[in-house]
Amino acid sequence: MKKGYFGDFGGRFVPELLMPPLMELEEAMKDILPSEAFQKELDDLLQNYAGRKTPLTFCPGLSERLGFELWLKREDLLHTGAHKINNTLGQALLARYMGKTSLIAETGAGQHGVATAAAAARLGMKCTVYMGAEDAERQSANVRRMRLLGAEVVAVESGSRTLKDAINAALRAWISLQKTTHYCFGTAAGPYPFPDLVREFQSVIGREARAQMLERTGALPDYVVAAVGGGSNAIGMFSPFVPDASVRLIGVEAGGTGEPGCMHSAAINLGRPGVLHGEYTMLLQNDDGQILPSGSISAGLDYPGVGPEHAHLAASGRVRYAVAYDHEALDAFQTLCRVEGILPALESSHALAYVLEHAGEFESGSRVLVNLSGRGDKDMDIVEKALGL
Amino acid sequence: MHILEKKIRDAAAEGRTALIPFVTAGYPSPETFWNVMGELDESGADIIEIGVPFSDPVADGPVVEEASVRALSNGVTLHGIMEGLRRHRGRFRAGLVLMGYMNPFLQYGLERLAREAREVGVHGFIVPDLPFDEAGEMRAVLAEQGLALIALVGPNTGEDRMKLYAEVSQGYVYAVSVMGTTGERNSLPPEVTDVLSRVRRVFSLPVALGFGLRSPEQLSALPKEVRPDAAVFGSSLLRHLAEGSSPADFMRVWREGQ
Repeated sequence: MKKGYFGDFGGRFVPELLMPPLMELEEAMKDILPSEAFQKELDDLLQNYAGRKTPLTFCPGLSERLGFELWLKREDLLHTGAHKINNTLGQALLARYMGKTSLIAETGAGQHGVATAAAAARLGMKCTVYMGAEDAERQSANVRRMRLLGAEVVAVESGSRTLKDAINAALRAWISLQKTTHYCFGTAAGPYPFPDLVREFQSVIGREARAQMLERTGALPDYVVAAVGGGSNAIGMFSPFVPDASVRLIGVEAGGTGEPGCMHSAAINLGRPGVLHGEYTMLLQNDDGQILPSGSISAGLDYPGVGPEHAHLAASGRVRYAVAYDHEALDAFQTLCRVEGILPALESSHALAYVLEHAGEFESGSRVLVNLSGRGDKDMDIVEKALGL
Repeated sequence: MHILEKKIRDAAAEGRTALIPFVTAGYPSPETFWNVMGELDESGADIIEIGVPFSDPVADGPVVEEASVRALSNGVTLHGIMEGLRRHRGRFRAGLVLMGYMNPFLQYGLERLAREAREVGVHGFIVPDLPFDEAGEMRAVLAEQGLALIALVGPNTGEDRMKLYAEVSQGYVYAVSVMGTTGERNSLPPEVTDVLSRVRRVFSLPVALGFGLRSPEQLSALPKEVRPDAAVFGSSLLRHLAEGSSPADFMRVWREGQ
């Protein structure tokens, strides 16, 4: 009866009271998702509301400097500013087909919360977003955006007052609200079927990028690079490339400040397997199995776990997971601003940072595709403070 | 018959509801916890559920979560709990159950956990984030040591799923009274009658009712034919202890209230 495993990772470790809504969602994925009516409506929303398809941008300045071709998939140009809207439109629409009238969501930096609030408003649903109290303080602009979009924002005071506690609060709320409410989970993690569902909605990124690369360059990219927190933008980008053996895939985790013993979010590189938020995956934890607080300059990567499919892709060796540090991400952020005129999110800056810092690892003349998962306007305060501007 | 089942059947033979207090390990303080255990045991607990603290207790309400946070900041660990149980082995008349989330158990090592748990006098486990579908391995490892994995079912658990649990469960079945987390409610929701009668139909094990209990009157308000064989109370006990009152006073209310 075990279900939803990627190799050893995944599963469904939730209270029995959450099994019925998860099974209901699993059925809906099977019955509703493939239907023509659903697909047509989702396509329309993605194209005409969210702004798909997103461009594939060649970076002439950086490519010349680096000695290989740097291409960016521009998820930063989507409505609400990041790839998150791909998933929230899909889940909100699915929820409406299921007869649900409300959405709940967790959010860390606030991007998933904003994207859920927008989808709920557009589809006429009620929306409540759980956000760690500390995140709500440091990302207050997104709290205001969610409220303007009609969502109720609940500041979660328990635990470390960050994303992991927001997920706990949302799961608890879902136990009592499940009849009318869908839990719009934000990343490719959590109990089955969420990792599959989120990948399904995010893989539009990789499908488009793959076709665009073939069309523009006549070939597949040699490398595909994406930042990994929970892992939704990365799994969306990677999964259409996984069968292409010639394409090397690199996930980039957030290493924090890089000082010895610093807080970080590199669950695959520095964690151990365990159970959190309904899944068996790589986690930051102590010897007693208590979850450790994570840290990163990028709030969207600041999470002590990672989606189970990434844990599996790491174990199987299909994807290599590397680390970029706060200062490297800040450098990459500035470089992209000045050389290409693009202001990237700090999450995406980690992916870019790995490419810039390790340029020597990439064969000269090769094609490197980076997922630019979001835009950096939301990070202005953090960047200016870090750079002393 | 598993010893946990026997504890509840013995209470029934005396014409009373078995009492199952839940207390988080190391609560209210690591120094006083074992006295609380002793007092609960001496004042009529049939089974005691010891909460193993976890950083992310997703099935718990604010009171148990707060107790868990406090225990962790006081340095309570599963290793420490096992050592304490070893020191106090043979002291308790009540059946002992460890209740906690999967990850600390997993990191301890399931086989080692089961072996040592039996040695120190534990009779069973409750793992709120381990539904039937994921429980096969742990149930088998525990069974080898004669330990029960207690089934948790609730208002939205249909008969089909209850049957899955019923086929493999030992000890007792824990019926969750509310669609929510642990914590006191002023009154039990009307659905509780449906859950209890469904549980009665499907399980031959004794039934313990928990989540939301605060007073014995809540049980006497239920129709006689569905009244549970045992009552579990956690948050209300923790609150009582936090106010500085004694475990014996709390137990007296439940003993005399039925």
